[in-house]
Amino acid sequence: MNLAASGGHAMLRLDGVSAGYEGFQALFNVSLEVRSGESVAVIGPNGAGKTTLLRTISKLIEVTSGDIQMQDRSLNDVPAHEVIARGIAQVPEGRRLFARLTVEDNLKMGAFLPAARPRHAERLKFVYSLFPRLQERSAQIAGTLSGGEQQMCAIGRALMSGPKLLLLDEPSAGLAPVVVQSIFELVRRICAEGYTVLIVEQNIRQVLKVVNRAYLLETGRIKSSGSSAELLASDEIRKAYLGI
Amino acid sequence: MQIFDVFLLEAVLNGLLLGGLLALLSLGLNLVFGVIDVIWICYAELIMVGMYAIYYFYVVFGWPLLLAMAAGVALVAAAGAALHQFVIRPVLAAEPINQLLVTGGVLFFLQAAATLAFGIEFKNIGVSFPPIVLGDISFSMPRLIAFGVALAGMLAMYLFLTRTYMGTAIRAISQDRAIMPLMGVNPSRIFIITSALGGALAGLASCLLVLQYDIHPAIGLSFGPITFLICVLGGLGNMVGGFVAAFIFAQFISVGGFFLAVEWGYVIAFLFFIAVMFWRPQGIWGGK
Repeated sequence: MNLAASGGHAMLRLDGVSAGYEGFQALFNVSLEVRSGESVAVIGPNGAGKTTLLRTISKLIEVTSGDIQMQDRSLNDVPAHEVIARGIAQVPEGRRLFARLTVEDNLKMGAFLPAARPRHAERLKFVYSLFPRLQERSAQIAGTLSGGEQQMCAIGRALMSGPKLLLLDEPSAGLAPVVVQSIFELVRRICAEGYTVLIVEQNIRQVLKVVNRAYLLETGRIKSSGSSAELLASDEIRKAYLGI
Repeated sequence: MQIFDVFLLEAVLNGLLLGGLLALLSLGLNLVFGVIDVIWICYAELIMVGMYAIYYFYVVFGWPLLLAMAAGVALVAAAGAALHQFVIRPVLAAEPINQLLVTGGVLFFLQAAATLAFGIEFKNIGVSFPPIVLGDISFSMPRLIAFGVALAGMLAMYLFLTRTYMGTAIRAISQDRAIMPLMGVNPSRIFIITSALGGALAGLASCLLVLQYDIHPAIGLSFGPITFLICVLGGLGNMVGGFVAAFIFAQFISVGGFFLAVEWGYVIAFLFFIAVMFWRPQGIWGGK
């Protein structure tokens, strides 16, 4: 397996992580690394365990064996609600906005951490500069936003904590094809802002254009990894996922 | 005709004052239901506990009245938190009927415990106010105080829920409990805080009721059912709906009682409730 190449300090490292739900193992001995400033994708088919992987990193699911380290400190004994204080924010699958709260209140929830509160106004300004559409809709009820706007709001909410690492779970899922394009453009801008990003996607062709490196996850196991260019060129990926 | 109108006006104004108190009563129950999705059937018994606490602090221990009331609020807030921690939490994942039954059990427990501890005789803190007379209309001072304090309490709660991070989290958690940890929120902690707040509102209600009513172990029965009906009428968990429903209900009681006899006011209010339930089982402002 071609794990991370040299250079760049490891921000997130998974070492032989297994995890699952009651009576069902979803991840088997998964090892991966995300270096500071990098954008990394985990690609794979539906049901491969991609969402489980992000939920495990956020500690919403217990690690059964192996170790997760954020900046060289283990996350294994950290409860889910303290993970964000270690600098990991997640944009969950399906966006999961608070549908009856306004855009502004959703963003406020992203700044719930006591450490994030003093910088609320400053980060709100930053998020609005990134997504001017959100500022126009700041008083609107989040459930009435369009799919693309909801995704902006969900990403904005995650950025409000000032994360070191952003986890994105299928940001393009359930959106119209036209909108999907703009979402990947958003992801590209987030990466360009210098955020370290770990993104999970089924839309392999698109996501590989945005990230530096990727891992292929199949039935809960890392099957291969490499730079985006390597994976785009590999026969395995081309045949199975790109239909070429 | 002139006289008739003045008395009707008095009934309407008294209904308004009663509405403020009922709105406060429904607020705590709605808050807890909206956030935790559990109905505290024993809510009015917490108020009864608060009334006894104030009685003992003020009459028996001789504390100043306001201090006794503050201590009463704190005590019932703690009781609310304890209720969640020791009774609700173990059945959070259980069927709604089981949750209803355990809080129902607490209702009978508190009633029986109060009977054993304090006896069945009525107690009164013995604070009396002169009525306020404006021309032909007269109000009771405690009702006016209750109205003012209830409105102030609700305003404070509104500001807390809309302006603070904790308040926003309390509104958010009822919409998506599972992702709260991603925001750095510990759901268990929010539940405890909400329960303490619900208790504090019950405690505030006991401060207001203790000025108007005698205290006895079954006093919860005078307020529990009506509070629950108001919450259902407004849409369970909908705090604004409960607020409006409280004023409507109070007008039925007060004005209905004016046209017929006082006891009939309640009959008319309950008939109205039943009619609404046929029309909108989810409550007037209830969703879904």
